[in-house]
Amino acid sequence: MDHPTTEPSGYAVDDLIARDIDAYLDLHQHKTMLRFITCGSVDDGKSTLIGRLLYDSKMIFDDQLTALEADSKKVGTQGQAIDFALLVDGLAAEREQGITIDVAYRFFTTTARKFIVADCPGHEQYTRNMITGASTADLAVILIDARKGVLVQTRRHSWLCHLIGIRSVVLAVNKMDLIGYDQARYDAIVADYAEFARSIGITRFTALPISGFQGDNVTTRSAQTPWYDGPTLIEALERVEIDTARDASAPLRLPVQWVNRPNLDFRGFSGLIASGTVRPGDAIRVLPSGKTSTVARIVTFDGDRAVAVAGEAVTLCLSDEIDCSRGDVIAAADAPPQVADQFEATLVWLADEALIPGRGCWLKLASQTVSATVQAPKYSINVNTTEHMAAKTLDLNAIGVVELTTDKPLVFDAYADNRTLGGFILIDKITNATLAAGMLHFALRRAQNVHWQALDISREARAAAKTQSAHVLWFTGLSGSGKSTIANLVEKKLHALGKHTFLLDGDNVRHGLNKDLGFTEADRIENIRRVGEVARLMTDAGLIVITAFISPFRAERALVRAMMAAGEFVEVFIDTPLDEAERRDVKGLYKKARAGALKNFTGIDSPYEPPEAPEIRVDTTRESAEQAAERIVNHILGNRLAMI
Amino acid sequence: MPATAEPLTHLARLEAEAIHILREVVAEAHNPVMLYSVGKDSAVMLHLARKAFYPAPPPFPLLHVDTTWKFRAMYDLRSRMAQESGMDLLVWQNPEAKARGINPFDHGALHTDMWKTEGLKQALDHWGFDAAFGGARRDEEKSRAKERIFSFRSASHGWDPKNQRPELWNVYNARKNKGESIRVFPISNWTELDVWQYIQLNQIPIVPLYFAAPRPTVERDGLLLMVDDDRFVLRPGETPVMRSVRFRTLGCYPLSGAVESTATTLADVIQETLLTTTSERQGRAIDKDAGGAGMEVKKQQGYF
Repeated sequence: MDHPTTEPSGYAVDDLIARDIDAYLDLHQHKTMLRFITCGSVDDGKSTLIGRLLYDSKMIFDDQLTALEADSKKVGTQGQAIDFALLVDGLAAEREQGITIDVAYRFFTTTARKFIVADCPGHEQYTRNMITGASTADLAVILIDARKGVLVQTRRHSWLCHLIGIRSVVLAVNKMDLIGYDQARYDAIVADYAEFARSIGITRFTALPISGFQGDNVTTRSAQTPWYDGPTLIEALERVEIDTARDASAPLRLPVQWVNRPNLDFRGFSGLIASGTVRPGDAIRVLPSGKTSTVARIVTFDGDRAVAVAGEAVTLCLSDEIDCSRGDVIAAADAPPQVADQFEATLVWLADEALIPGRGCWLKLASQTVSATVQAPKYSINVNTTEHMAAKTLDLNAIGVVELTTDKPLVFDAYADNRTLGGFILIDKITNATLAAGMLHFALRRAQNVHWQALDISREARAAAKTQSAHVLWFTGLSGSGKSTIANLVEKKLHALGKHTFLLDGDNVRHGLNKDLGFTEADRIENIRRVGEVARLMTDAGLIVITAFISPFRAERALVRAMMAAGEFVEVFIDTPLDEAERRDVKGLYKKARAGALKNFTGIDSPYEPPEAPEIRVDTTRESAEQAAERIVNHILGNRLAMI
Repeated sequence: MPATAEPLTHLARLEAEAIHILREVVAEAHNPVMLYSVGKDSAVMLHLARKAFYPAPPPFPLLHVDTTWKFRAMYDLRSRMAQESGMDLLVWQNPEAKARGINPFDHGALHTDMWKTEGLKQALDHWGFDAAFGGARRDEEKSRAKERIFSFRSASHGWDPKNQRPELWNVYNARKNKGESIRVFPISNWTELDVWQYIQLNQIPIVPLYFAAPRPTVERDGLLLMVDDDRFVLRPGETPVMRSVRFRTLGCYPLSGAVESTATTLADVIQETLLTTTSERQGRAIDKDAGGAGMEVKKQQGYF
């Protein structure tokens, strides 16, 4: 194992610590911080390089070194020499497999900066981890094995870094020791990379010939590469501009995280300043309401501040009592962000389950969480060639451009202008898994130009004129479970009581409104979405809407529930077991499905997800249709009485 | 208007990141709690919480999962800090461990498992907490380096390292199903030096045991143990000796190894920490269990 022959200036701090700890602490206190990622293919030597950086910056203690030496002999790949990669590869499983399977964060420091390194995996199936690591990085170190040159993975990692908005790239041509420090080979690799980089929009990068194993040009200039006169890796990392410094000069954006209201005399808006600079007296605008005010105070535990900048977590008091809550954005009055509900965006799909176009999910952007639906991709992007390809969905690690719609207006900036107000995640409403990372491009025109028409007569007034409350009675259950029969009985009973009702039947709707839809998963979702929208309009009119659709997926029923006012949606689960429904087979459909003549038939070759907490459950093997209808009517009218 | 001068220092960025995380959890969780172990990392966490919600007191209680075997000086500071911060202090002692008289002298690894691992699960279930702030840092240990800031636990408190949610930017997905909970680590990205320096800059009170003083100690199994009270069972031939010692980490006193030291000020302690060549957790007996994968196994079982 080679020690650097000359001690680099960046690390020569031991002496200062021993001699004058106060001077050292003062130095450390004023350091800036750079977050970077390392990416490369399997065996490009990432872990070894990071282990080297930690080792050279004395971030390895004696006991760790002892363990490392023992581990190196046991499972190391470097013979008797220290295998630095073992320092970095944390989890037991991957130590055995010899690959990094997750993002690991490492820390080291020089006299100029503190560094946080995200070690990103090279395996194709772990693109999601790379995107994760890259999302918080100011800089990317792209590693290339000098023996192999620019590989498919190199292109993929570079493109992903560019996609996520990393502005600084260092190309580290590693394992120079294994090609005899050959300048011609190095120059060829750099030229090759430069051509590719230009093609994807990376205009500038710093290239270095290094050996993570031997330590050449990592922290010290190597005697083996006299032909190279650029910076060492550490020097390159110490010199690059940090993103937060640039963010401070952009217009003010403060997404409100939490309203601080300890008593009636204090009302502050807490959040991390995403961009810009703020001072007391500054004119601000609260989005989406558009109300304006001025900053009265910048409150912190350490006293009021005269100025605060991007990257700081503060609490603002305003001079006017205006509405402002979590999710709102406080912005520079003269340069506010946009507000829209339809967008074009790039998505990186992170979940095992593929995108289901049209299905509702949560979208979280800064402190805003809204319900969103994603349309089928306009195209997906081949990460190896950056070619656009036709796509109907996005699978794990796929990247595509989509249009999406939110149920409430979203305050946003284009991702290229502001990472905080342009970057979002999608969350599955049932499993709560993080489905995708997204980057907003722009709002679609139709959302900007279509405004809600305010109506003079309220929905409550319409319902009151009918002496009833609007409701949606949503019947769900297998084909042949008895939904339509019971729904019809309910409507007759309500009608007899003088209630204004309307029954939306699955088969009838498919003859008209939804005749363009088939029975694929995507079409079924769209079918339910349209029915939900129609039901919503009818509840606006004050009607009691009764629907009878198989509606097999929980997510879609939840989507419709979310469209309605609280308490308005009544889920009625007609719980007839599959064998019983199949035995009845009123329309002869089960027979056809079993014979293979009907595809995507619920219960046979398409799943039914029963409600977890329906308002009403009807077991048709124990209760007659008449009894069930009576119970449902009582439930509705009981609700109504309770409300009066 | 003058341009903003300096870029933010690393400590300013780390502080802002932690405050952002604390606020995000309070905004999204139903019933959060801050685990408070009275150590230096807990001291920093408590201070950050006070900053995050100032002028309001932090809108969650402190929870100390007690083993009854902490240093006396820790119990003293615990009471003082709860009072000063205006927060509720909840203390949980595993009733089963109490009834069975589980102690570090007779029960070895079982002591940590019952009082701490089981005790923590019991306390979280008892009060129905769905989010718990912890002071773990990624620089402490290899498997910690890969843990997310928002770490999800199943209803039985298990951790699945292969099934962590990706964390993009500073957008945290705090949604969970009934019964599931999150452990949240606001100071994940801090190093030991950052913690010390932050304590110094903000003059945060810490347990005096971090500073050197003459203390009664015995040498046992390569560790220097302090005889903090008369429950300490001396082995034949052992006599407490006054030594000038301090502690790098604090836990149960019979399990916390002291280091000989003359560092009586924060600057001295930091200096010693930086010049020392033994990493932080070595003074703790816990990581040595179960071979190289000690901490990873413990976490899958629900240890914090």
